Amino acid sequence: MTAPVVVFAVGNPSRGDDAIGPVICGRLEKWLENEGLADQVELIEDFQLNIEHALDLQSRELALFIDAGENTPAPFIFGQIYRSTAATHSTHALPPPAVLQVYRQTEGGEPPPAFVLCVCGDRFDLGEGLSPAAQERLAEATDLLEKLFRQPTLAAWSSMVTMR
Amino acid sequence: MTYNLETAEHPEKLRRVAIDPVSRVEGHGKVTILLDDQNKVHQVRLHIVEFRGFEKFIQGRPYWEVPVMVQRLCGICPVSHHLAASKALDVIVGAKRLTPAAEKLRRLMHYGQMLQSHALHFFHLCSPDLLFGFDSDITKRNIVGVAAAHPEIAKRGVLLRKFGQEVIRVTAGKRVHGTGAVPGGMNKSLTIAERDELLKDIYHIVAWSRDAVHLIQKVHTQDPGLYNSFGIFRSNFMSIVGHNGDLDFYHGTLRARDDNGKLIFDEVDYQQYDKYIEEEVRPWSYMKFPFFKSLGKEHGWYKVGPLARVQNCNQISTPFAEHERKEFVDYAGGTPMHAPLAYHWTRMIEMLHAAEVIKDLLHDDDLLSDDLMVEGERKMEGVGVIEAPRGTLFHHYRVDENDLITMANLIVSTTNNNQAMNEAVRHVARRYLHGREVTEGLLNHIEVAIRAFDPCLSCATHALGKMPLAVELVDPEGNVVHSLSRS
Repeated sequence: MTAPVVVFAVGNPSRGDDAIGPVICGRLEKWLENEGLADQVELIEDFQLNIEHALDLQSRELALFIDAGENTPAPFIFGQIYRSTAATHSTHALPPPAVLQVYRQTEGGEPPPAFVLCVCGDRFDLGEGLSPAAQERLAEATDLLEKLFRQPTLAAWSSMVTMR
Repeated sequence: MTYNLETAEHPEKLRRVAIDPVSRVEGHGKVTILLDDQNKVHQVRLHIVEFRGFEKFIQGRPYWEVPVMVQRLCGICPVSHHLAASKALDVIVGAKRLTPAAEKLRRLMHYGQMLQSHALHFFHLCSPDLLFGFDSDITKRNIVGVAAAHPEIAKRGVLLRKFGQEVIRVTAGKRVHGTGAVPGGMNKSLTIAERDELLKDIYHIVAWSRDAVHLIQKVHTQDPGLYNSFGIFRSNFMSIVGHNGDLDFYHGTLRARDDNGKLIFDEVDYQQYDKYIEEEVRPWSYMKFPFFKSLGKEHGWYKVGPLARVQNCNQISTPFAEHERKEFVDYAGGTPMHAPLAYHWTRMIEMLHAAEVIKDLLHDDDLLSDDLMVEGERKMEGVGVIEAPRGTLFHHYRVDENDLITMANLIVSTTNNNQAMNEAVRHVARRYLHGREVTEGLLNHIEVAIRAFDPCLSCATHALGKMPLAVELVDPEGNVVHSLSRS
């Protein structure tokens, strides 16, 4: 059975605060198992988003993209996103709205409601660990995620957005 | 084979145009062009930030961690690094010859990687240029634009990529950070269910790959004036070739030819690569410039990747791809084709070959065997080489008696193509920019030339907000007089 919610956690664990996505993914996986919610959520960790992730949106009720962000307001932003035809300079790594757009144009229907949780990162150098500030922000982001997955509905998530 | 346009005589008097980083190429690259008041081109350089830092990062680590760690070099082709490192460490654990099951499983993983990488590159990196034209509306020149105008092509690209990722997942154990290959073999085989799941789709994959070859062949041959000359330069070329000179992405010996196709060296054991290849440092670039020692740095540089491989082998072992190789060779007229845009055609021939090999492997019961590991006499040093999607990839390690890495040297495909890409960019700048007002469409010509080589830069970081694209025009005093950016 397809889990009703899909989470994309994106980043490279060896590049400083780019590890925010994978670290959150690991924590969320344990929490969902402890809460008996593991079958309600499919977690997908990857270095970056790409075209095939559009296929992971099939038959979902909600989608969440988790990523580190540079110049993101601390500790994080959480908001709903919509498919976008805006030009990007890279097709090796698609932004979340472009993944939704690929879904629309290859599957023929509207993608599920989708949100982004973007946690502020400070440093992204090779071999760096998470910065102390990022570790603090992770704790705050984890609190939000627990609230979200106790109420995985569009209405509940919409009421918790920090960015409109 | 000259360094014309590499260094201007009086750069202080020239206007500088920077493309930073190059769009639709992962990671960070930068092109700088120096122009005079009449927009005449005096200097063109492609700068790439290489991952020398990663070699330091590996030192001091236990060798058995390396095949997993090196996947973090690249978010697009982690399997290439995973397997090149594993092959180098096979030598260190004394695994002279893997079990048939282990070698076939690794080969399946690698050919899955080739398939998905080539599909991504062609359908979603280069097809916007090829289907819309280099000067087309910038908002259409991306995957979203392709999907809107050619939904069936875009859909096939997605499904080809997805299939390749599935092959990697079942052989490597995970979609990312896989652990399938280990020094001395593999740590898992395929289950019958995993094999049968892949078998359901493979015939579509082969058919779509054939269609893709025919599509690019048609695009190329319909406009020979452009496709046979855009960015062209002549050079040596190199790859590994397999048994009997077959095209082989996973294993073989080194073979190099000159620009006329004459052999420079052949059947070279890649453990001895450093006797044949040297890397030159130039003060203006972070990335080294490899060359054949026997020819020297001025004449010894070369290109790698699909265009080199398809013309370096004697034949391709699978029937559909071999038919397409012959078509390509016939079109080239019996001499090596050097046009950078021919990379696209040869890349699709390789994708078709990868699909056919995957089909054959899926009918081989060795994939289900648990005979996966061998070991032998411990060594202190090993070299692993594979043909990655973008070209020949070298991993070279030394290990001490405590099993810790003491030296790592990586020559990645993009480094092997460094001089070649610079030459292509200079040719395009001379042909299209010289004496003309610089526009976004003209600058995209530079990027089209670079994308033909599919360079993979210092990559695998992509946080939202990073990697903006900025184009700056700077006057002779260093003042920015005009700039464009998008992110």
